[in-house]
Amino acid sequence: MDLKEWFANRRKGREAAEVKQPLTTEEYCALWTQCFQCRELLYTSDLRANLQVCPKCQYHFRIGARQRIDQLADQDSWSELAGNLASDDPLGFFDTDSYPNRLAEAAHKSGLSEAVLTGTCLVKQEKIALAVMDFSYFGGSMGSVVGEKVTRLAEHAASERLPLVVVASSGGARMQEGILSLMQMAKTSAALAALHDEGLLYISVLTEPTFGGVTASFAMLGDFIIAEPGARIGFAGRRVIEQTIHQKLPNEFQTAEHLLKQGHVDMVVERAKLKDTVYRLVVFHPAPHKGARRPDSSKRLPVLG
Amino acid sequence: MDNNRKVVPLEFEQPLSLLSQQIDALERQLADNPHVELEADIVQLHEQYIQLKRSLYANLRPIDHLAIARHGQRPYTRDYFERWDPDWIEIHGDRHGADDQAMVGGLLCMGDINVVAVGTQKGRNLRDKQQCNFGMPQPEGYRKALRLFAHADKFGLPLVCLIDTPGAYPGMNAEEHNQAQAIAMNLRELARLSVPVLAVITGEGGSGGALAIGVSNRILMLEHSVYSVISPEGCASILWRSADKVATACQSMKMTARELLASGIIEEVVEEPLGGAHCDYDLAARKIKEAIVKHLNLLMKLSAAELKQQRFSKYRKIGCFTELPVC
Ligand SMILES: [Zn+2]
Repeated sequence: MDLKEWFANRRKGREAAEVKQPLTTEEYCALWTQCFQCRELLYTSDLRANLQVCPKCQYHFRIGARQRIDQLADQDSWSELAGNLASDDPLGFFDTDSYPNRLAEAAHKSGLSEAVLTGTCLVKQEKIALAVMDFSYFGGSMGSVVGEKVTRLAEHAASERLPLVVVASSGGARMQEGILSLMQMAKTSAALAALHDEGLLYISVLTEPTFGGVTASFAMLGDFIIAEPGARIGFAGRRVIEQTIHQKLPNEFQTAEHLLKQGHVDMVVERAKLKDTVYRLVVFHPAPHKGARRPDSSKRLPVLG
Repeated sequence: MDNNRKVVPLEFEQPLSLLSQQIDALERQLADNPHVELEADIVQLHEQYIQLKRSLYANLRPIDHLAIARHGQRPYTRDYFERWDPDWIEIHGDRHGADDQAMVGGLLCMGDINVVAVGTQKGRNLRDKQQCNFGMPQPEGYRKALRLFAHADKFGLPLVCLIDTPGAYPGMNAEEHNQAQAIAMNLRELARLSVPVLAVITGEGGSGGALAIGVSNRILMLEHSVYSVISPEGCASILWRSADKVATACQSMKMTARELLASGIIEEVVEEPLGGAHCDYDLAARKIKEAIVKHLNLLMKLSAAELKQQRFSKYRKIGCFTELPVC
C-alpha cells in the first residue's frame, strides 16, 4: 500500500466514523448504568463483573435469580428442581387485567416461569439446596407455586441431609390467589419446622426488598439470617406505616444495617463475600445422620425472642 | 353487654329499619287507641319483618358479611370466654416486658374439657379500643400467644384460638420489635405442637396477623366472618388503585365463610343467630362452644404424632398449580 492510498483509506475511515449514528437511548442504557445511590455512570459490563455492586459507593443493585445462582454456585453445578410448576388461576381473578395475563407479562419481563428458582448446587464443593427469589417476576410475590417450590426444596433438603439456603426478595403475598397465598406462609413454615426437627441447617439471605408474607414466614426462620447491604426488609411497607402513624420515618428505617443494630439479622454481608460466608457456615454445621440428632429437640420449644 | 341493648342497624338493613319504624308507629297508635284491626296489622307486619330479615340474610353480598363481621357490637373474645367459663383464669404477659391487650389468653373449662385459649380482642368503647389497638396485636401479643402455645404443649392441653383482627399493626414499634419474626415463629411452632389446635374465626380474619394464631388442625368460621390475605381496602387500593372498589375486592378474594368452606380451606361454618352474632351473644356463644367441643372430642382421640401429622398434611396440600410435563 503506498502512502497516497493509505491517506485515502484513512479519510474514508474517518468519514465512515463521522456518519455513524449516535447511540439510541436503548443502546446507551445497555452500555451505561447510573448508580441509584451515588449517581456515578458505570460501564454496565464493569458493573456486572463486580457482581452488580457499584465500585464507587458499594450500592448493591438488585439482581435476578439466575445471576444470583451464577454468583453462588460452583460452575455447572446447578441442577434445577420443580421447574415445571405453573400457577393456576384458582379465583378467576380479574383486577384491571386478568391474572393469567399478568402471569404471562411477568414471565415475559423476567424470562422466568415463576418468582423463585429452586434446586441443588455446590458451593466450593459443598452440596446445598438453594432457592432464589426474583423480584422481577411479579414483584417476587408468593403464590401457590412459590410456596410449593420452597416446601419441596425443604423436603428435599431433609431427605438428602442437605443444608438449605433461601435467598429472598419479595413484595409479599400474591393477592390474585387470595387465601391460598396466605396459606403458603403456613405451608412453608411447617416444612421448615420439619427441617428444624431434623437438626439441619437453614440459612436465610434477605435481599432488596423483602416484605410481607415472605418475611413473616420462611425468610425470618433461618438458623442464620444474613442481609445484603442496603436491603430494605420488613413486614409492613414504609408508605403504609407512614400513612398509619402520620409521620415520616427516618431514612435508615427497615434497612439491613438498621436491622443489624436492632438484632433482627445476624450479619450484613457484602455480595462479594456471600459465597464464602455461606460456605463457612455450611462446613461449620455438618448435617447429622438421620435419627442422630440430639434427643428431645423435637419437643423443645425455642427460647422466645 | 346484655342481650337487650338496642342493635345498631347496618346500611344494607335499611328496608328493615323502615319497616321497624312503621311497626313502632302503629304500636304507639295502638297504645293510645286499642283497635282489633290495627292489632292484626301489627302481627302481620311483625311476620313480614322476620320474613324480610330472613330473605335479606339469605342473600348477603360479601361486603355485607364484612360489615357484620366488623359490627361495633359484635361479640369479642372476652365476651365468649366469659360465657363459656365464668371462672376462666386470665394469663397475662409475654414475660419479656409487655402485656398486649389485643391478645387475650387464659385457661378455660369448656364442657368438661380443660383448654388453653387465646384470642385477639377489639375494644368496645374508645378507651378500650385504643388499649386493644383496635384488635391489632403488637409483636409482644404474638409472643404472649406463643408462650401460651408452649404451655398447652407442655401440659397436653388442647389449644383454642379465637380470631377477630384486622391484621398485624403497620406501626413503627411493631417493625422495630420484629413483628415478621414474631408471626413466622408462631407459624412454625403451631405446626410443631403435639396437642389439638382449633381455630375459630369469629369476625375478621386479617392476613398474617390472623394466621399467627390460626395454624390449626381444624378451622371453624362464624357464618358472617371473613378471612383474607389482605384487607379488602388494601386490596382495592393496590390492585385497582381506587377506594371505590372495596365491594369488588371483597367479591374477588372469595373471603366469606361459605366460600372458604367450599374451597376446603376451613372445616365448618358455625351458624349465627338471625341478624348476626351481635343480636344474641348467649346463643352465638352456645353455638360456637358446641362446635368446639364436638371437634375437640374428635381430635382428642388422636395421638400426639397423629395430631401433628394431620395438621401438617392439611397445610401441605394447600395450593393450586399445574405440574407441566417435563420435556
Ligand atoms: Zn454508587
